[in-house]
Amino acid sequence: MSLEKADVEKIAHLARLQITEPEIPEYARNLSSILSLVEQMSSVDTTGITPMAHPLEVAQRLRADVVTEGNQREKFQAIAPATENGLFLVPKVIE
Amino acid sequence: MQWEAVIGLEIHAQLATKSKIFSGASTAYGAEPNTQACAVDLGFPGVLPVLNEEAVRMAAKFGLAIKAEIAPRSVFARKNYFYPDLPKGYQTSQFDLPTVGKGTLEITLQDGTLKRIGVTRAHLEEDAGKSLHEDFHGMTGIDLNRAGTPLLEIVSEPELSSAYEAVAYMKKLHILVRYLEICDGNMQEGSFRCDANVSVRPVGQKELGTRAEVKNLNSFRFIERAINHEIERQIEIIEGGGTIVQETRLYDSDKDETRSMRSKEEANDYRYFPCPDLLPVVIEQCYLDEIAKTLPELPDVKKKRFIETIGLKADAAEVLVSSRELADYFETVVKASAAPAKICANWVIVELVGALNKSAQEITASPVTAEQLGGLVKRIADNTISGKIAKQVFAAMWAGEGDADTIIEAKDLKQNTDSGAIEAVIDEIIAKHPQQAEELRSGKDKMMGFFVGQVMKATQGKANPAQVNQLLKKKIFA
Amino acid sequence: MHNKTLSELAQGLREKAFSSAELTQYYLDRIQQHDGNLNSFITVTPERALAQAKAADALLAAGKGEALTGIPLAQKDIFCTDGVRTSCGSKMLDNFIAPYNATVIEKFNRAGSVMLGKTNMDEFAMGSSNETSFYGTVKNPWDLQAVPGGSSGGSAACVAARIAPASTGTDTGGSIRQPAALCGITGLKPTYGRISRYGMIAFASSLDQAGPMTRNAEDAAIMLNTMAGFDARDSTCLDKPVPDYTADLDNRLQGLKIGLPKEYFAEGLDGAMASAIDAAIKEYQKLGATIKEISLPNTHLAVPTYYVIAPAECSSNLSRMDGVRFGYRCENPVDLEDLYKRSRGEGFGEEVKRRIMVGAYALSAGYYDAYYLKAQQIRQLISDDFKKAFAEVDVIMGPTTPEPAFNFGEKGNDPVSMYLSDIYTIAVNLAGLPGMSVPAGMVNGRPAGLQIIGNYFDEARLLNVAHQYQQVTDWHQQGPEKYL
Repeated sequence: MSLEKADVEKIAHLARLQITEPEIPEYARNLSSILSLVEQMSSVDTTGITPMAHPLEVAQRLRADVVTEGNQREKFQAIAPATENGLFLVPKVIE
Repeated sequence: MQWEAVIGLEIHAQLATKSKIFSGASTAYGAEPNTQACAVDLGFPGVLPVLNEEAVRMAAKFGLAIKAEIAPRSVFARKNYFYPDLPKGYQTSQFDLPTVGKGTLEITLQDGTLKRIGVTRAHLEEDAGKSLHEDFHGMTGIDLNRAGTPLLEIVSEPELSSAYEAVAYMKKLHILVRYLEICDGNMQEGSFRCDANVSVRPVGQKELGTRAEVKNLNSFRFIERAINHEIERQIEIIEGGGTIVQETRLYDSDKDETRSMRSKEEANDYRYFPCPDLLPVVIEQCYLDEIAKTLPELPDVKKKRFIETIGLKADAAEVLVSSRELADYFETVVKASAAPAKICANWVIVELVGALNKSAQEITASPVTAEQLGGLVKRIADNTISGKIAKQVFAAMWAGEGDADTIIEAKDLKQNTDSGAIEAVIDEIIAKHPQQAEELRSGKDKMMGFFVGQVMKATQGKANPAQVNQLLKKKIFA
Repeated sequence: MHNKTLSELAQGLREKAFSSAELTQYYLDRIQQHDGNLNSFITVTPERALAQAKAADALLAAGKGEALTGIPLAQKDIFCTDGVRTSCGSKMLDNFIAPYNATVIEKFNRAGSVMLGKTNMDEFAMGSSNETSFYGTVKNPWDLQAVPGGSSGGSAACVAARIAPASTGTDTGGSIRQPAALCGITGLKPTYGRISRYGMIAFASSLDQAGPMTRNAEDAAIMLNTMAGFDARDSTCLDKPVPDYTADLDNRLQGLKIGLPKEYFAEGLDGAMASAIDAAIKEYQKLGATIKEISLPNTHLAVPTYYVIAPAECSSNLSRMDGVRFGYRCENPVDLEDLYKRSRGEGFGEEVKRRIMVGAYALSAGYYDAYYLKAQQIRQLISDDFKKAFAEVDVIMGPTTPEPAFNFGEKGNDPVSMYLSDIYTIAVNLAGLPGMSVPAGMVNGRPAGLQIIGNYFDEARLLNVAHQYQQVTDWHQQGPEKYL
């Protein structure tokens, strides 16, 4: 499995990671190397095997519908990059 | 060419839980920004979701109501995409194993016939926050109070063929979720929202056309307009030789148009996978049996009963079952008045609902209770008052002057059925108007109205008009 | 003082041989003295530590001391600590003062223990050598040229250098056991679900598990007593009674059935390392255990499977690091996409970005079945291998790592050669089983670790098996000379 420049760019965009032009070949090489490692899986016949999403075969526990969390805006927003009037600020979103 | 529209709806109903689907923060509407967003809702590092039992119960309740398959094992999945109102960078939703599977809903078409619409699935997920675009010097403000509010996304089969059907389907669901008390149905506050997938195809063609998804439909009127607009737009494009692009379009109610959403232009690759922080939700039959016992009489069943057992007309029954409160109100009026259901229905639908609409009040806050209205209808039925006087009594009841009997007594509105007294009044009026009496005798029938009016006026409306009529004829033609 | 075990320290505190304040100051001084070279701490919290020590002394004076009351501990910088920077070894969270405590931290606070500071680690726990930390590498106290292992490298090094009596780590693919092995200490990764993950910054949620890193098995049992147990805030944390893990330590091992997976002794295992493990197994035979060769036939698939599942989960888990609500935000973003891409591009290091990209790729349209779904199926096969094995044996043993600590830079710039250093530890995480590493000899002057794998929730037995070995050997008492 070998990734091209365009693949790297596509994945980087999907993951919202800025990768600079000169970095791309190295990423392409390393990612390809990891994918080759992963390729070993394809030699195994897994027909009929139930996928294991979780180590424990346990059902989801349910929480009672009770309000337990109060307002902590001041504390939470003290570490926010940009806020105003209690809102988190981001560059203009165009819909 | 003849075209037909194919429409599928995705309805998001906010579940009426007290706390969020995965956290203990409040879901109350209208709080100061970010005061109801806890560390879990904010997607802070290391925090984890725990599922709200009530959200599961409500989903199951809905599933039972539409006779759907309810999955014994359902799984939460992550839908990955970046957006500022989505704090974790993924929405926790359900993908291939939703809690509620296939079900059906019946809608009434314009000609009165019924059409079954398939519900593909209904899955649990979390709502996103809100982006506020105004007043931040070119920045967008993010309020995450709504983030994590439980949603039930109800997905229909593409089986709706017109805007009318789409609205009928949505109204039906709107009524149902409120009957079940799983959603407050407040569309203005966004508790009940809809995205429509719209495509067109030549009549007779089997395969579906390319669809556009129209978002931001938060009133029945907008849905109708937006869908009609979208159908026209697509037909126009195709007839003009163009092709439809699969895209997301936003309905702008101010301009009454849909426009392409630039931010969602790129093909999304949501990379769904099972959420490793949540385990499979297991629902056992005994749990469903318990919930089934709590289901109210559903609107379709109620409507059938109103028609078949009580003898209402279909349209009256339809109006009365449009909310559980209204139906309950009506039934209380019937019980309290012991009058024919038709009169009761008429008074509830015309007078009560009319007055409520005029004053923009909910039936639950009606100034006239069902028992009070029942008391009034009872007096109409037993001829204590006329329908006309009853309106006067209703107005007084609305103004808080007490129940019907009190008002009738206080205002001396009792219908006068003493024929001797009425005859005396008639004699007096005939004597006063000899010329008109002569005209009536000589066959000028419309003079009848004149005399009845005069008598009613003289008795301040308390005489029974039918009785006046009868006595007048006796006097004139005797 | 610094060679004392946790129970010895607790005894000293109870008997008022020293106060918690004195003990804490003593360790703070040792950190001051030695950590300049080692770099095992990202943040040292002296004021907070001394305040906690004072409070602990009051508790002790009132006779309300528990096993860990007044004992200074080092916490991996992956656990959120209210009011203290919680960086996870990343520039992304360099400015993140956590506004809440991880459940593990809460439990230690309730037990009255003292936090010395937050230990260095591979960025977001992704690494096996501590070379990916934004705060620089941690040195192995046995040899400053050698890596301490990772990702809990700081936690391993500070215990090995005796600048903290014990520490916490987290283990997603070996991140407790491998550094414990490389630094010559005892590390335990409990069963998945034994310890709450709440407030522990997630790398791969279905694999991550916290655990103690200590000088010996008894200390690990004492730590686990505090760390384990139900937490309503973590859906994956089981509501299962917590036994007293110190209770079974002295059980005899007569009749213990040890399985040796032949795949763990195959090619790739360093010869001297193999000899060290053989010697350890002989000790167990002397203690009355019986040995059985077993097979875990899908062992070779553990690393490939892991490098789909862990990156897939991490690519999603780290999406919340977006520069909007906390953490690093790039300078002057021109638009939203720029904000995301540069904040994440500049805030994450290379290894983290690589794994995010691998994960995003494995989950993307058209690849999901071949990568993610396939990996989940093989995960099932790997898990089944262990189920079969535990039908025949009580514990499984083998080397923790194929070789002792390697030198900085030795694994070059191919990430895969680094990944293979976790070849024996990764399967345990995939299956969710408990695993331990205990010091079991020296190879070329560097420690060798014996891995002991138990059945689900069989931590008490693992600790017993490790403790009995430590009663007849002294590898765990050895330390790097300079720090003794």
